[in-house]
Amino acid sequence: MQLQCPIPKLDFDIITLGHGSGGLLTNKLLDSGVFHLFKNEHLQQRHDGAILELPGKTAFTTDSFVISPIFFPGGTIGELAVNGTVNDLAMCGAIPKYLSLSFILEEGLKMTDFWEILVAIKWASEMANVQIVTGDTKVVERGKGDKIFINTTGVGQVHDRAKISVKNIKAGDKIIVSDSIATHGVAIMSVREGIEFETAIKSDTRGLNHIVSKLLDDFGEDIHLLKDPTRGGVATVLNEITRDRNLGVEIVHKHLPIEREVDALCEILGLDPLYVANEGIFIAVVDAEVSEKVLEALQKMEHCSNASIIGEVVENHPKQVVLTSAIGGKRIVNMLVGEQLPRIC
Amino acid sequence: MKFLSEYRDADLAKKYLDEIHAIVTQPWNIMEVCGGQTHSLVKNGIVQLLPKEVQMIHGPGCPVCVTPLHLIDKAIHLAEVEKVILCSFGDMLRVPGSAKSLLQVKAAGADIRILYSPLEAVQIASDNPSQEVVFFAVGFETTAPANALSVNKAADLGLTNFSILASQVLVPPAMEAVIEDEESKVDAFLAAGHVCTIMGVEEYYPLVEKYKIPMVVTGFEPVDLLQGILLTVQQLEKGEAVLQNQYSRVVKPEGNPKAQELIHKIFKVSDREWRGIGAIPASGLEVRPEYESFDANLKFKIHIPKVEEPKECIAGLVLKGIKKPMECSQFGKKCNPQNPMGAPMVSSEGACAAYYHFSGTAETIS
Repeated sequence: MQLQCPIPKLDFDIITLGHGSGGLLTNKLLDSGVFHLFKNEHLQQRHDGAILELPGKTAFTTDSFVISPIFFPGGTIGELAVNGTVNDLAMCGAIPKYLSLSFILEEGLKMTDFWEILVAIKWASEMANVQIVTGDTKVVERGKGDKIFINTTGVGQVHDRAKISVKNIKAGDKIIVSDSIATHGVAIMSVREGIEFETAIKSDTRGLNHIVSKLLDDFGEDIHLLKDPTRGGVATVLNEITRDRNLGVEIVHKHLPIEREVDALCEILGLDPLYVANEGIFIAVVDAEVSEKVLEALQKMEHCSNASIIGEVVENHPKQVVLTSAIGGKRIVNMLVGEQLPRIC
Repeated sequence: MKFLSEYRDADLAKKYLDEIHAIVTQPWNIMEVCGGQTHSLVKNGIVQLLPKEVQMIHGPGCPVCVTPLHLIDKAIHLAEVEKVILCSFGDMLRVPGSAKSLLQVKAAGADIRILYSPLEAVQIASDNPSQEVVFFAVGFETTAPANALSVNKAADLGLTNFSILASQVLVPPAMEAVIEDEESKVDAFLAAGHVCTIMGVEEYYPLVEKYKIPMVVTGFEPVDLLQGILLTVQQLEKGEAVLQNQYSRVVKPEGNPKAQELIHKIFKVSDREWRGIGAIPASGLEVRPEYESFDANLKFKIHIPKVEEPKECIAGLVLKGIKKPMECSQFGKKCNPQNPMGAPMVSSEGACAAYYHFSGTAETIS
């Protein structure tokens, strides 16, 4: 994708406190930026909020994005802010429709960086087929933020055939991961200050709503649960499943899809890929009867070629996730305590 | 992944396991010295695949675990009171000091940075000439060369705002302390592969000779560990006691002379206190007088009271292999990774944390 700013730059090179004052500068910023870029009937009302109509059941979610660095291989905080909320809606079995978009900008943020992020947001929202219908912009003093924080809230229309709930999970269900794991987290890590590896690893950030929608069209209520393993990674999602139900989960190490470079960087940095964040994959818990068909369907879709059945839900060892290691040993995969800290040696 | 997948090969692992099962005739206690080995044994589920006769005892080779409480308090004092930029390896941050951890101090506003290399700390010192930068130089012989290199580089650059708070410990004296302990049950050792990569294997011959105890220098991947265990059991069953090198693809008999030279240039051998174990003579390294301006201990003249370890914590017995983590009355109850009482519950290399994370209830997953 070519990220080019179609909008003329303002008189300012950087964001100033005045841009958040609500006065002339704010209006100028919004007119030439947000309103122009995200033009749609709801936004054009320029009202305090958007008035929307959604038939059937509505899904509703919110998320805040504070990532550092704000530009990383494969994306920016902008795509992430759209895709994150779009994916949360998709995981509810919903078709995302509308987003709110709120910025907390730090005084001194480069205007060119802000524009680049806005364009990324526009691109991601078009890809996901969602409209940005309301929003807010605040500016905080230098040192009181970290360049840019974004909050997006989204609503979506629940798919007719969706019956997504942890309550529907039963022993025997298969656990499918939609593509290679740990890619996003490792891409971010590779450009963090002090590490700076030369790699071609790119974040997998993307909207998953079209893929999910297709799965629900074809498999409906046989999809028992959908989860996107963002912070805390695959291990955390699996633990949440066992925590919420009196069931266990078994996964097999050799079935975990992971790119060779990502695996290598995890080794070097002393990280367990099971706990590394993802932004462009999901975990589906599906009825055993349809699992092979779901897998086949996924593998034919874009960005899902490495989809894999990584394990199943079991009655044994309730509330525990057990992994069969590469050599056939077993261990418990626990919830992470705090941040994953690199080991000494 | 080349150089890794070969050592995680399920068929090869099974072959070694079958052989261990076939030759073992009586109970043996084997201590893996290094925390990295403990981590891998538990992470790969090897402990449960071994015959019940072969008991693995987790040794004191976790640098985070054996760093004395008092030194952690000093690091906290430097960050909190002296307002230095304190740089540290990641897993040191969660270790509890007497009142709090570095992670808590960081959250409260202290400038504490997680680094992968001590040289990054030198760069930070060079970039921030008006601030004092201290690197918390923790580790065994494996990290000693990099820590020495940081002092060497800072000296070359003429930096006056860089120093290290050293807690460098040495493996062979700790192994001897384990053997000498009256309660010790250790029949053989898997020696720490990466320590030997630096130091070579020479210093282990006297231990093998004196105590007639088998030692196998062993790597960290599942196949390495299983081969190391097999070689050890073979010796034990035959009544032999020799030094073998399983990790020969990495460990040369003479080690890495350049790294050793650097260690000796900056550090000298000294007595050291080990958390949970106590003082062991000639078991550590301290900064040589020629480089004393880089020794944070001398530079900052820290006087803080020494606090006793919590009485219920049996970390010392765990580190010496006398007790297993699960034999502790506080394991997984009052002591857990969210609220660790002793260091072995903190570091992912610590025996208690390894058990908690990977096999907390091992009996239910057989």
